[in-house]
Amino acid sequence: MSTPVLEARGLVKLFGRVVGLDAVDLTLYPGEILAVIGDNGAGKSTLIKCLSGALVPDRGTIVMNGAEVRFRRPQDARDAGIETVYQQLAVAPALDIASNLFLAREVRRKGFLGTVLRMLDTGEMKRQSAEQIKSLGISTLQNIGQAVETLSGGQRQAVAVARAAAFGSQVVILDEPTAALGVRETGQVLKLIRDLRANGKAVILISHDMPHVFELADRIHIQRLGARAGVITPKTHTMEDAVAIMTGARRIEPAGDRSAGPAVAPGKERS
Amino acid sequence: MTISTDDSAASATVEEFLNRPPSAAQRVHSALHRQPALSPAIVLVLAAVAFSILSSRFYQLTNLSLLFQQVAVVGTLAAGQTLIILTAGIDLSIGAVMVLSSLVMAKLVNDQSVPGVPALLIGAMIAVLAQGANGFLVTRVKLPPFIVTLGMLSIFTAISLIYAQGQTVLLQPGAFLLWTGDTVSIGSLHLTYGVLLMLGLYAVFGYALRFTAWGRHLYAVGDDAEAARLAGISVNRVLLSAYVVAGLAVAVAAWILVGRVGGGDPNSGLNANLESITAVVIGGTSLFGGRGTVFGSLIGALIVQVFDNGLALAGLDPNYQVLAVGVLVIAAVSVDQWIRSVKA
Repeated sequence: MSTPVLEARGLVKLFGRVVGLDAVDLTLYPGEILAVIGDNGAGKSTLIKCLSGALVPDRGTIVMNGAEVRFRRPQDARDAGIETVYQQLAVAPALDIASNLFLAREVRRKGFLGTVLRMLDTGEMKRQSAEQIKSLGISTLQNIGQAVETLSGGQRQAVAVARAAAFGSQVVILDEPTAALGVRETGQVLKLIRDLRANGKAVILISHDMPHVFELADRIHIQRLGARAGVITPKTHTMEDAVAIMTGARRIEPAGDRSAGPAVAPGKERS
Repeated sequence: MTISTDDSAASATVEEFLNRPPSAAQRVHSALHRQPALSPAIVLVLAAVAFSILSSRFYQLTNLSLLFQQVAVVGTLAAGQTLIILTAGIDLSIGAVMVLSSLVMAKLVNDQSVPGVPALLIGAMIAVLAQGANGFLVTRVKLPPFIVTLGMLSIFTAISLIYAQGQTVLLQPGAFLLWTGDTVSIGSLHLTYGVLLMLGLYAVFGYALRFTAWGRHLYAVGDDAEAARLAGISVNRVLLSAYVVAGLAVAVAAWILVGRVGGGDPNSGLNANLESITAVVIGGTSLFGGRGTVFGSLIGALIVQVFDNGLALAGLDPNYQVLAVGVLVIAAVSVDQWIRSVKA
């Protein structure tokens, strides 16, 4: 396979005496959807926060396209082309949709107004936002000048997804993107995730929803107790297998022997 | 008893419910939501009309001129205070810093014979540095703004009193620092340069908040600091900048104070700390951050001054002004809670 677009090697994150991540490896290839699943407290959110610069790992390295990178702030990961949709919605409620899409990367006017007076080009930002939302097929957002706090949870999520899709040039990370959504909005977000892959972007999807994971993912990274319990594919394993690995009922990647053969559980292979 | 199981009827009712025209309260609510300075503006107009009826002298231009001159110091401070309150902070020491800055300006000229311009710049630097210290303690040492500025209030008040040794410094007439107290006449409106400085500062701050990325980041940080951080905003830098830029407003206010007092007086502006907060709150800016405008604060400062001035002209007990301001503060915060409570 080609060079991974994003690779984590031996990430360790401690919260006081609690081990958040225990030497976790993660590999993400271009144009794939990698699902990350695991029970509560398995380290899913900690893992993706390290990849998106929201947390700085205590040990381990992050490699993008073969070169080592260090993310100290979310902006560092952004600059590298990684966009994240967080579980707790990272939007500014009082600002409108367009302002939120362009938050922290505002477009300034051209010429004197922009360079000296640093005036924002609100018209341009609104125009681009409307275009982006239309191209993503998000029909629930009608008025681009509407304050985000007047939107429903699902609509806010759509804003966050639209922002990530618009600016994530390499990797888009989605932490439980459909948890707060209704059936129709969930369908839209799932379609959106497929579109991202079709455009050659690599997607990391954190989800509790097994049917969605098995429907979308190319590979599934399973976290358990802060460590990687294994990596499977929907073709070789069933949902029952995934749950068994997740809960520790079955082991496919014994601790201390990470180099052991292909990550395939004995038996139970699907045809 | 029959239970209707007709789905179409039920959904029609829902449709009707969703599409019903907004009630009057909803309309008011959504208007206030978009424009939080609307309610103080209405209060200002109503108060002005009421006092004009009570006393024919109120709306005369000489009185309005006086009103603006009286509001200049607190109004300028309130512009700085607005920036800090927008970040969900509060600055209890802003008036004390202003007094110290004004003393430095006046005493440098009077005691050390420093020319006016360098004295102004050094005094302004003191204000910016003091506000920078507040910002440093809030962002780096991670102390709550209330505690930081409560401590700084005592510290700067003490420094001012020690520095001035209880003496008031009066500058020679015509001194450069007194320029802010000079009158400038626009028609029969007699304003001071201090008033013009204040209005200019409001224009600059209003522009920065409305039309620059910095302004949006300030709102975003005040709204939800964690969300702003995850969106890629450097929260600490924005917070620190709010205190430092507020320091510029403090410096301008100190200069205007020198013009009004005629020099430096350690006992001037004793209530300016709280008066600036009062103006901001009455002006519709939320103490919880992320909502409000700088022009609201100007209106808030004017409302307080209109009550002060109007009651005196109407021959009423001036203590009613204190009472009225108290009622307005509580009313303003109640309105803010209402705006936040329901979705528009």
